[in-house]
Amino acid sequence: MKSTRRPGLTAPASQAGKPRKRRAGVLPGFGLSMGITLTYLGLLVLVPLASLPLKSMSLGWEGFWKIVTAPRVLASYQVTFGASLAAALVNLVFGAIVAWVLVRYSFPGKKILDALVDLPFALPTAVAGIALTAIYAQNGWLGKPLGEWFGLKVAYTPLGIAIALVFIGLPFVVRTVQPVLEDIEREIEEAAASLGADRWQTVRRVLLPALLPALLTGFALAFARAVGEYGSVVFIAGNMPMISEITPLLIISRLEEYDYAGAAAIAIVMLALAFVLLLAINLIQGWNARRGERGS
Amino acid sequence: MSIEVKNLSKYFGSFRALDDVSLTIETGELVALLGPSGCGKTTLLRIIAGLESPDAGSVLFAGEDATGVDVRHRQVGFVFQHYALFHHMTVFENVAFGLRVKPRAQRPSEENIRARVHELLNLVQLDWLAERHPSQLSGGQRQRIALARALAVEPRVLLLDEPFGALDAKVRKELRRWLRRLHDDLHVASVFVTHDQEEALEVSDRVVLMNAGRIEQIGEPRELWEHPATPFVYDFLGDVNAFRGHAARGLWHADGVTLPAPEMTQDDKLHAVAYVRPHEIDLARDKSGASGIRVRLDHAYLAGPSAYLELQRLDGDALIEAQIPETRYRELGFKVGDVLVASPLRARVFAAA
Repeated sequence: MKSTRRPGLTAPASQAGKPRKRRAGVLPGFGLSMGITLTYLGLLVLVPLASLPLKSMSLGWEGFWKIVTAPRVLASYQVTFGASLAAALVNLVFGAIVAWVLVRYSFPGKKILDALVDLPFALPTAVAGIALTAIYAQNGWLGKPLGEWFGLKVAYTPLGIAIALVFIGLPFVVRTVQPVLEDIEREIEEAAASLGADRWQTVRRVLLPALLPALLTGFALAFARAVGEYGSVVFIAGNMPMISEITPLLIISRLEEYDYAGAAAIAIVMLALAFVLLLAINLIQGWNARRGERGS
Repeated sequence: MSIEVKNLSKYFGSFRALDDVSLTIETGELVALLGPSGCGKTTLLRIIAGLESPDAGSVLFAGEDATGVDVRHRQVGFVFQHYALFHHMTVFENVAFGLRVKPRAQRPSEENIRARVHELLNLVQLDWLAERHPSQLSGGQRQRIALARALAVEPRVLLLDEPFGALDAKVRKELRRWLRRLHDDLHVASVFVTHDQEEALEVSDRVVLMNAGRIEQIGEPRELWEHPATPFVYDFLGDVNAFRGHAARGLWHADGVTLPAPEMTQDDKLHAVAYVRPHEIDLARDKSGASGIRVRLDHAYLAGPSAYLELQRLDGDALIEAQIPETRYRELGFKVGDVLVASPLRARVFAAA
């Protein structure tokens, strides 16, 4: 009998002698894409951030501490993070409602409303700042009645800062919640209703838990954006030291005084605070996701 | 508890989903709503549940008008085709949901909820999955949990919308028999929607066959199968061959074939269609003088106990489907391309539309 070995069968045999390579996964290009990712993130994010500590090193520990804990700087942290948190919370509630309306109802002008949501993304922030200041100033359209009827002063106060940050952060919550809401089948709500749940119970027990991860993400994005916001805030804030001065403004004014080390020092504190807060939100999300998979 | 539906009509825009539908379902009955997609069966079920409101007509539960009653207060158990389980809750919490959302005064204590949920999970034989999440279950398990969840509120009627539609054939078969046994233990009126005639005929006490928003025929499965009221019913329940011809005085004629047509007793010769099931066709080799329809064997499918034959009529383009026992097919020794004579043994004759 002749050899019945077919050509296809010889290939593995010839490879047998070589050291076996790790079998590639089904998705090709892991090495290449991972390399690009790391280089990209490194060049764009890590290297510039790493230069901050280097810049501030000339101050020494004591000098650093003195700068970052100066009363005026401490007050600016409070204004920045306080207003950002408040703005993100407001956006969490109202962004969710806007997303709900855009997903669940159809009405004339829906497309226009949907496009309007993205406007804060596209508008130069300085334009937004000037517009908001004009409206909320003491003689502005909204500022005047608010001042006369309620004695409320918006422009040049932390309240004004928060309003500018609400404006900037709105699209983040809407755009993260919208697709998730679209994915929740109507049947889920019908099932809850057929089991006797009223509207509020359905929202609280069925819809909100399903939306929670998206809400948290939107909140984190809106918050992060607000912390770093500069352009729209400086006009409406009035920038009074100890009252309505935001941290990014302090950094800019240090730079204008050629105090690069001082600017870098404040920036590091801001970076650290922002990182801790974002990490906390991520941890909450992770915990929430694990809770969803428990029992395996 | 009985369900009565009176003169229901429902429009979606200009589309007539239901057209003056009336139906009574007694307590303890398991009724199948059967029909092709778009025939209005799901709409009817959703109106009974209160998930949809009719444009005209009324729904009565135990003789009481429930048309205006909100779905929350109708006490119906509704099972969806795609389960509609709450993904962020465990199986236990899914089943407990209906008990937890009751008004405070009627809400059972935590211990009672616990006991009731485990009782239901045992009923659907899935108590061991209580702490899992729906994403960790198979389709069949999910649907059983959905059923347990619906039963938790002690529904007065059980409504199932294509409950096994998303499952594979084997699980489907198991689950529908299991549903039948479960229904018999529950003493409620149950209605389920399906487009699968085999499922409807096997499980239900009565079948409501619907077409284009109307009820074509209501009856026990055997009645529908043996005495289809319309050509649509005949066509929908299983494969069928239609032969055009003429009928008068109880006889149908066409192409040298004569069949009894007891329904057509008039003296005038009328156009009539004879409906013949594939297994009601006899086949023989073509010999001179044999009466019947001359055909050529195009394909033979041999899987299972029967041979399914596709026959091309020699006098036209039409195909005839025939089904003969596999052993007989071997005996006769037909080959593809052979010319044969097909003779219908029985037929149900309807006047041509």
